[in-house]
Amino acid sequence: MNYHLSIVIKRLLFRFSIVCALFSLVSVAGAQDGKAIFNAKCAACHNVFKNSTGPALGGMEERGPWSDRKKLYAWIHNPAAFMANDPYTQGLKDSHNGILMPGFADLTEADIDAVVDYVNTTFAAGPGGGAKAAPGGAIAPEPHTDNTLLYGILTVVLAIIALILMQVNSNLKKVAEERETAGSVPFYRNKTNITLGIIVLFLVGGYYTIQGAVGLGRYQNYEPEQPIFYSHKVHAGINQISCLYCHGGVQEGKSANIPSVNVCMNCHMAINEYTKGPQLYRPDGSEVNGTEEIGKLYSYAGWDPDKRQYTGEGKPIEWTRIHNLPDHVYFNHSQHVVVGQQQCQTCHGNITEMDEVHQFTDLSMGWCVNCHRTTKVQFTENKFYSIYEKFHDDIKNKKIDSVTVEMIGGIECQKCHY
Amino acid sequence: MSQKKYWQNLGELNNTEGYRKLVKDEFQEDLPFTSAGKTILDAKAPRRDFLKYLGFSTAAATLAASCETPVIKSIPYLNQPENLTPGVAQYYATTFVAEGDVTPVVAKVRDGRPIKLEGNPGSFINSKGEGTSARVQASVLDLYDTGRLRFPVETAGDELKELPSFEAVDKKITGELGGSQVVLLTSTINSPTTLQVIGEFLAKYPGSRHVQYDAVSYSGLLLANEAAYGKRTIPTYHFDKAKVIVSLDADFLGTWLSPEEFSGQYAKGRKINQKNPEMSKHIQFESVLSLTGSNADDRFLHRPSETGAVVLNLLAKLGGNVSAPAINDEKLKKGIDLAAGLLNENKGASLVVCGSNDPNIQLLVNAINELTGANGVTINWANPMQVRKGIDSEMEQLVKDLNAGSVGTLIVYEANPAYNYYNAAEFIKGIQKVKLSVSLSDRADETSALCKYIIPSHHYLESWGDAEGRTGFFSLLQPTIAPLFKTRYFQTSLLKWSGSDLDYETYFKEYWLKQLGDQSTLDKALQDGVVEPASLSFASAPYNGAGLSDAASAVGAAPKGGKAELVLYQSVALGSGAAANNPWLQEMPDPVTRATWDNYAMISYAMAAELGIKLNDKYEVEFQKPVVAFTINGQEVKLPILAIPGMHPNVIGIAVGYGRGKGAGRAADGVGYNAYPLVNGKGNTRSYFVTDVSDYKKTGETYDIAYTQTHNQYEGRVEVVREYTLEDFKKNPDAIPEYRKELAEDFAKKTGDFRNEGTLYPKYDSPGAHWGMSIDLNACTGCGACTIACMAENNVPVVGKSEVKRSHEMHWLRIDRYFASFRDNTEGDNLNVVFMPMLCQHCDNAPCENVCPVSATNHSSEGLNQMAYNRCIGTRYCANNCPYKVRRFNWADYTGADSFPDNQHFSGVGKLDEAVLMMNDDLTRMVLNPDVTVRSRGVIEKCSFCVQRLQDKKLEAKKSQDPSVIRDVKTACQQACSTGAIVFGNVNDQESQVYKIRTQEQNHRAYYALEHLHVLPNINYLAKIRNTSRPVGVKDEFAEKKAVEHLESHG
Repeated sequence: MNYHLSIVIKRLLFRFSIVCALFSLVSVAGAQDGKAIFNAKCAACHNVFKNSTGPALGGMEERGPWSDRKKLYAWIHNPAAFMANDPYTQGLKDSHNGILMPGFADLTEADIDAVVDYVNTTFAAGPGGGAKAAPGGAIAPEPHTDNTLLYGILTVVLAIIALILMQVNSNLKKVAEERETAGSVPFYRNKTNITLGIIVLFLVGGYYTIQGAVGLGRYQNYEPEQPIFYSHKVHAGINQISCLYCHGGVQEGKSANIPSVNVCMNCHMAINEYTKGPQLYRPDGSEVNGTEEIGKLYSYAGWDPDKRQYTGEGKPIEWTRIHNLPDHVYFNHSQHVVVGQQQCQTCHGNITEMDEVHQFTDLSMGWCVNCHRTTKVQFTENKFYSIYEKFHDDIKNKKIDSVTVEMIGGIECQKCHY
Repeated sequence: MSQKKYWQNLGELNNTEGYRKLVKDEFQEDLPFTSAGKTILDAKAPRRDFLKYLGFSTAAATLAASCETPVIKSIPYLNQPENLTPGVAQYYATTFVAEGDVTPVVAKVRDGRPIKLEGNPGSFINSKGEGTSARVQASVLDLYDTGRLRFPVETAGDELKELPSFEAVDKKITGELGGSQVVLLTSTINSPTTLQVIGEFLAKYPGSRHVQYDAVSYSGLLLANEAAYGKRTIPTYHFDKAKVIVSLDADFLGTWLSPEEFSGQYAKGRKINQKNPEMSKHIQFESVLSLTGSNADDRFLHRPSETGAVVLNLLAKLGGNVSAPAINDEKLKKGIDLAAGLLNENKGASLVVCGSNDPNIQLLVNAINELTGANGVTINWANPMQVRKGIDSEMEQLVKDLNAGSVGTLIVYEANPAYNYYNAAEFIKGIQKVKLSVSLSDRADETSALCKYIIPSHHYLESWGDAEGRTGFFSLLQPTIAPLFKTRYFQTSLLKWSGSDLDYETYFKEYWLKQLGDQSTLDKALQDGVVEPASLSFASAPYNGAGLSDAASAVGAAPKGGKAELVLYQSVALGSGAAANNPWLQEMPDPVTRATWDNYAMISYAMAAELGIKLNDKYEVEFQKPVVAFTINGQEVKLPILAIPGMHPNVIGIAVGYGRGKGAGRAADGVGYNAYPLVNGKGNTRSYFVTDVSDYKKTGETYDIAYTQTHNQYEGRVEVVREYTLEDFKKNPDAIPEYRKELAEDFAKKTGDFRNEGTLYPKYDSPGAHWGMSIDLNACTGCGACTIACMAENNVPVVGKSEVKRSHEMHWLRIDRYFASFRDNTEGDNLNVVFMPMLCQHCDNAPCENVCPVSATNHSSEGLNQMAYNRCIGTRYCANNCPYKVRRFNWADYTGADSFPDNQHFSGVGKLDEAVLMMNDDLTRMVLNPDVTVRSRGVIEKCSFCVQRLQDKKLEAKKSQDPSVIRDVKTACQQACSTGAIVFGNVNDQESQVYKIRTQEQNHRAYYALEHLHVLPNINYLAKIRNTSRPVGVKDEFAEKKAVEHLESHG
């Protein structure tokens, strides 16, 4: 038994309770809103149309003792007590991997009625009922437009015009000169012109060569194909799952960490199909079958969705790394997120709009340093900075109004390279 | 000040031509094609070569740069362990155990890999501190040792055949066990559960026995204590409570019993309160210069055969009723008088320890300690030590029994008599007569290779377990990593063979649950790592002096030594030699001789002169040590010599622990000479000296020893070390402040503030933290733990013997050893040795910074001299301009970090040693600290003040919004130091210890190395104070001559 265990369990419970609390906050708004209550209390285990952790709820009033609403109240308020005298629910428990529903003593009878009404109306409307999103409504990915070609053509055209004008000009000059002095050197043999041309070529060529060399090893907009089409837009955007739910490392250490498969399965044990969200497309325009992608997750997790059991044959997912800093760079997420209170989007872009993630910035040193030059630290809020007495005095004396990362040494070599 | 001279090597002392050339050329060798006295233009086809190299490098750079985008995988866990966040270190309390040694430690585990160890501050065994020894620091590397066996094997000649499963092994072995006597041969075992397992195993096979065998024996001490105190154990010692410490041959700061614990205690008595300067007095009697002797206030030399006589004289002088043989050596006599006088004056506050393995001598020492009232005060019998239990006669008996064929089965664990027994040949003969022999050690070492089966046991960092280093003081082990290989607890093997179904893990947990009551107490104990009483208790033991007169007459009748004598000692780095395959330890320079990767014969200058050996530049600067043939016990032994001051003129010293066989591993193979066969096994106990070295002569051969004492020289600048006698310091405590005032008058007359007035350099503001370090030369014993801690923390590469020879060692922190003596014939007694840890001084006016053409090294606002490896282009101007010589250049691809994979496989000059390649094995690289860049070829590196730790602590402080958090930051060297010599902190913080030391507590001792250069270091030293009436240092003849000339010219 490891001594860390208890602390960790506490920590996990704490996290879990935060997630629960978030869910419940969303729903408490309308107490009589059956849908909201269903989503908050029931949806983790129940689906209207199909069996999940618990049985499908649609048409339940025609099954077992549930035509009697009183019995339903008693069951929901205290399942263990109800089951003791009820063979039907005993059978239910056995047929659902021996999992007994937890009690919901806090649901009033009116709440339960509202939930039943919601279930019944939804069931009557049938799967994919009225609220089905029109396929045409799905947002197709914008074709990636590359303007380089356009600019290139423009440049060439402009260059040709310039050349023609130069030609005309020189012809006119020549005519003018010929009148004055006959037999002078043509312009393309003029040494000054040749020298100027070479210098211009050298400068332009040099500029592009250097730019190209500087860009080596930088992969802005890198968007590799991942083993599973995981859409951040669906998770973090549409469903508004907090980044921290999966990337908890940002608050604790240097890496944000890609969540382990068991974190995915926390939700995907229940969510086994992709039906409600917009149609997803790959960058090449082909359609993505969301449910199939969830199926891929199940095969990695070693989860048998029919038997609702782990087979024990899981394997980790080999994601392709997108953001990769060289080994001689030390970057710590918690420094930026917790201490600097930076948003994820500052460096990762509008992640809630991305399906598969691409690298938003070039992650170059210049980019880091520029941000460190302009970003202000939480100078007065964070007591740690009380050791910078000089700056506090300067603020008091109105010499400066804020302190940037640079001022406290944020662009020195050994802040990131050691 | 100018009357002293401290020197590190003979060239420096005599200012020889070779030495001058050495210090003139910063980098000691020319480019290969100019070595034969030719210039680059005379070399063959230099232009073609140049074009070839140019073409190749252009092509290579193009290729390397234009490769396709590498696809990197990020693979998260399938099921992430609940207590783990990748990238965040975890700390587990466990215990270092090896050959009876016990050190409770805390292991830092990063992403499942233990990478660093610190002492567990919750334990009395660590004196409630975090200090450890070099060996403990290095033991984390042993976990990833390529020499470990990866599965159980059956030996067939030289071949090792893998056994398919443990079940198959058990079946084979239980089939053969029994019927005849079973002997379990181990090193000292002090784990209570293991002893119980062994008890059960032995009970299953009646007539069997357990023999504990220590590579270096303490049998004499154990037997003497049994005779005098009725207990066959070793008491705990309290050097901190002793005002007078007399050590007879005991290297208690280096290798004797529990050196890191003793160092901590010792330093308590050596640290000085400048307002009321008092310190303990340490007198050492010894034959070869040891680490402890180097630290002593007064040191007296004797032959090893005279130890008994010295003890008898001391006892007689203290009023013991014994007759003492006369001692002819006047100086030694004076020493005995001095020691006796001080012991008499300080009754109840003194301690005499002795390193002899002769029970009679130890009995006499017990009598001395009785007379001086040490029993119960500095010698504590409340919780005796359990670290050594081997009795020599038991091992002797075992070897006899083996040869008589009366032993049916021999099971060996962690004992290696085929290598380290004095009579290994007899043991090897014996083991071949055994029907079944099984080794449970971790590798196919000398003994294991002779066994029929080897079933490797886990490393301690992979194990559950316990240890009882002191009676009643328990330390627990818990695994920090899953076993790397197919290994098994040796206890589980014993349990299986005694018919139990339990494995050791369950057995251990059940045992401790029963001891501690419930699971939560056990969890707490595992978290603490130790189960110890709340406070230390002291007790004396009733003394029985009955055997004294017999002992005295036996000692008095001991044979006289021959022409010369031999002392066998353990090196501070390697100890008994069990960890010989650890390249960190092999490359750690010996504190006294500064040699690496070898053992050798230490001799005196007098003996060198007698042998006709010229200690010239060829010897000192070019490393070619003459090989001398010694006739020891009638047997000829050829060894290279090192002439060392402070040796008895007629004594040679050789370290044991070297000369391991192939089975020890790639790094240990072929290093040094095995001196264990020279141990004297006559009588009841093994004695570690030989009185009969009848002849020695030069052979004309030479042998290169890679030693670092001529590297990193100060070009004759001597103001690096400051040393005063206690009396001088009391008389004139202002010497250092006065000196500083003098300097200020020269350069900053107006304000006295050099930083603002006397320099062209910019003044760097430190608005926040400004890091500084203080090193107390009085507390530093020179043990080298900091050097190894630094290697482990900062991924410092191992370079191997061939590269050390070329001055390419990479240690960021070295410990300079200075000798100072009057240059007369009394070299030995008047020798002072000063140890000075030298690392980057992080100068605020750093000379290295402004010579860097690419600004790869520059200054931070926190006072750090920063090094940006990826900016460095390798001009080495910085190293050249550094007055302290602390910058290290990666001459070759030591770490395998280069982009060209075959950079390590070149031939010719600079071919990398096997040990370097071993350090680059995927397994060994698991020890690397992921927060520190692994440097590649062609860049400079140096101490960074453990900037990764500073950044980490600052982050913690920012997260908890509390600036006081950064007061806890510790550098690796500081944390590993068991004497607390190193103090580190933010000097802008007036509450920090380093600020207080510099400005209040020790401002009369605090000085900066080479202060007159005005480079404004951020490391200060506290001057060494020696409690002696001898003058300290040597006369600087040159300065004296000059002074006389000066006077004459005026006269």
